[in-house]
Amino acid sequence: MSASVELRGVSMDFDKYRAVDNVSVKINPGEFFSFLGPSGCGKTTILRMVSGFIEPTQGQVLIGDKDMRGIGPNKRPTAMIFQNLALFPLMKIWENISFGLEVRGVDKATRRAKAEELLRLVELEGVADRLPSQLSGGQRQRVAIARALAVEPQLMLLDEPLSALDLKLRQHMRAELRAIQKRTNVTFIYITHDQGEALAMSDRVAVMSRGQIQQVDIPQKIYNTPSNGFVASFVGENNKFSGTLSGISGREGKFKTDVGEFAVTLGEGVTKDSKCRLYVRPEHVGFVAKPKASTNFVPVTVEDVSFEGNFAVALMRDRTGKRRSAELRNDPANPPPPPGTATNITFDADKALVLLDSEAVAYEEKE
Amino acid sequence: MRELFRRYGSGLTLLAAALTAFWLLALVIFPYLGLFEQSFRPYLPVVDVGGPKDVYSFNNYMSVFHNPTEIDFLGGKITVPIHLWVFMITIIYSGLTTIVSLLLCYPIAYYMAKVISPKSLPTFLLLLVVPMWVSELLRAFAWFIILAYKGPLTITLQSLGIITDPVHWTWGLGGYSGVIIGLNYAYILFMLFPLYNAMTSLDTNQIEAAQDLGAHWWQTHWRVIVPHTKPGIASGCVTVFMLSVGSILVPTLVSSPSSRWFTEIIQQWMFESQDWNTGAAYAFLLLIVCVIFVTLMMRLFKVGLADIAK
Repeated sequence: MSASVELRGVSMDFDKYRAVDNVSVKINPGEFFSFLGPSGCGKTTILRMVSGFIEPTQGQVLIGDKDMRGIGPNKRPTAMIFQNLALFPLMKIWENISFGLEVRGVDKATRRAKAEELLRLVELEGVADRLPSQLSGGQRQRVAIARALAVEPQLMLLDEPLSALDLKLRQHMRAELRAIQKRTNVTFIYITHDQGEALAMSDRVAVMSRGQIQQVDIPQKIYNTPSNGFVASFVGENNKFSGTLSGISGREGKFKTDVGEFAVTLGEGVTKDSKCRLYVRPEHVGFVAKPKASTNFVPVTVEDVSFEGNFAVALMRDRTGKRRSAELRNDPANPPPPPGTATNITFDADKALVLLDSEAVAYEEKE
Repeated sequence: MRELFRRYGSGLTLLAAALTAFWLLALVIFPYLGLFEQSFRPYLPVVDVGGPKDVYSFNNYMSVFHNPTEIDFLGGKITVPIHLWVFMITIIYSGLTTIVSLLLCYPIAYYMAKVISPKSLPTFLLLLVVPMWVSELLRAFAWFIILAYKGPLTITLQSLGIITDPVHWTWGLGGYSGVIIGLNYAYILFMLFPLYNAMTSLDTNQIEAAQDLGAHWWQTHWRVIVPHTKPGIASGCVTVFMLSVGSILVPTLVSSPSSRWFTEIIQQWMFESQDWNTGAAYAFLLLIVCVIFVTLMMRLFKVGLADIAK
C-alpha cells in the first residue's frame, strides 16, 4: 500500500535560479521522511516535483520504482497536505473529505460512509455537515488529513502543515500525525523548517541548504554527528570556535584557538587542510573552578543564568568577548554559578566536534 | 459621515453631499418618477392635457398587445402582437448574448487570473482595454464594416480559401448574428472583469489540491473554480444582460433586414410618434424584466445584491 520514492540526480531551475541542485535520495516504503531546512533551501520545490505540479529540469522522480515524468498530479498515487490546508470553503466537511472519491465517480452513499469512517480515524466525529469555516484550526488540520487519506494514497506529502497552529496544538498534532502514519503505514514525506518537529517525528531526516542535501540520517545521528557546520548550526545550539587543526591521529586531533588549545574529535571529511571550526553543544559544557591542564577548558565570566525548571541555561563571555552558553540539568545540590562569577567551562574531547565549514559561514552571517 | 467631516472639513463634505444628492434626485429619481407618472396617462394634444380625458389607465402598457402579426417561427407561422414579439426576441437574444459572453470570457478570465505570468499581465490587460478607448459608436461602425456583405471579413476568408461565396454575416440566427457579435464586443469587459476579480481571489492551492486529489481539469473547474467565481458570474451576467437589452446603437447599426430590438420601438414612440407616454410605458416594461432577471440570477447563484455590486 505504501510506495518507495527515489530522486535520481534531480535539479530544478527557475529562470537562472537553481532551486534544487542534483539531489539524490531514496525513501523507503512506509517511512516517515522529513526534509528539514531554512526557507528557500528547495524543500518545497522537491515536494512539488514529487506531487507532479512541476517537472524537474534534470533527473528522475520515481514513485514505487516507476518514472513519474509526464504523469500529472491527478494521476500520481500521492496526496498532499498544504501549508494553508486548502480545504474547499464552499463544501461541507464530508464533501471535502470525499472529494477525491467524488471525482472518481464513487456514489454518494459510499462517499458519505467513507467520510464518516475517516472522521472517526482522525477522532473528529459529528462535524460532517459543517463548513470548514465553522471548525477550529486543529479540527481543520484533521479534516485535511482525512481528505488526503480518503484517496488511499501510497504516499503522503506534507508541506509544513503544523506551522499555522499554536505551540500546544502543534505538539499534540505531532504525536497524532505520527500515530496516523504508523496506523496507515503510508509513506510520509514531511517538509519543515522546525528542527524539533523533524527530529521528533521522522524515521529519517534530510537536512537541506541551498538546493542540496547536506545530510540524510536518523534524527539521533543528525543531532549527534552532524556532517558539517551547517547541519550542526541549523539543528540545535552550539558554542563555535575558530582556529587551526594540528596533531591529527585517526579521528582525534588538537584545535588551537584564541582562547586555548583543545583535544577534539574530527567530523566527517575533516583533514589537516580543511576549512573547519569547532562545535560544542551547550548541554556538553560543564563548569570547573580549578581545571587540570590536560583537560579542555576556557576561562569565562558568567553573565546571566536563566532557570527553566528541569534545566538551566548559563550565558558567559570568554576573554575575547565571545558569547558561550551551557545547558545544565537541574541539580539542587550543584546549582550553576551566579552571574559575575569568574570560572572556567570545560568539555570532553569526544563531544568537541571539528566540522567542515560548508555553507555554515554564509548561514551564520545571515543570522 | 462624521469621518468625512473630520477628514475633509464641513465645506467640502457638504459640497460633495449636495452634488451627490443633486445627481441622484434631479438627474435620476425625479425624471424617472416623471416618466413613470406619464406612462399611465394617455397621449393627448396639448390643449387636452390636464383636461377630462387625461386620466390614469394601463392603456399605454396594453398597447404592446396590439397589432397581431403573422410571423415565421421555427418553420411554421404564428400570430403574435408585433411589439410583444420584438420584446420577447430582445430578451431571448440578450440572454443568448449573455451566455456567449460568459463562455467567451470565462477562459480568458481564468487565463488572466491563474495562468499568465505576472510580467505579461499588464500588456494583456492593455490589449483588452485599448479598443475601449474608441467610442462605442465607432466600434459599432467598425463591426458594421467588417461584417458587411462582400466586406473585409468575407474578402479575408475568401483569399485564405476558407469560403468561396460571400456570406451575409449578420443574417444568421434569425437575423440577429450581427447584433450578438456587436453586443458581445461592446460589453465584453463588463463580463471579463467581474470574472477576473472573482478568480484572482481564489487560492491557487485549492486548484492544486483538487488536482492532487485526482480531479480532471473540468472537475476542478466545475467543483472548485466555478462555485468560487459565482458572484463574478452573476455580476457579469446581470451587467451584460441589462446593457444588451437597453442597447440601441449596436442593434441599429450591426443589424440585418429582419432584426428589430425593443429599444428601437421605444425610440420610435418617443421621437417619431412624439408619444412619450407609450414610450415611457414600454421603457418600464423593459425595466421590470431587468429587475426580474437580476432577482432570478441572484436566486440561481445564491448571491446577495452586495456580492453583485462588488
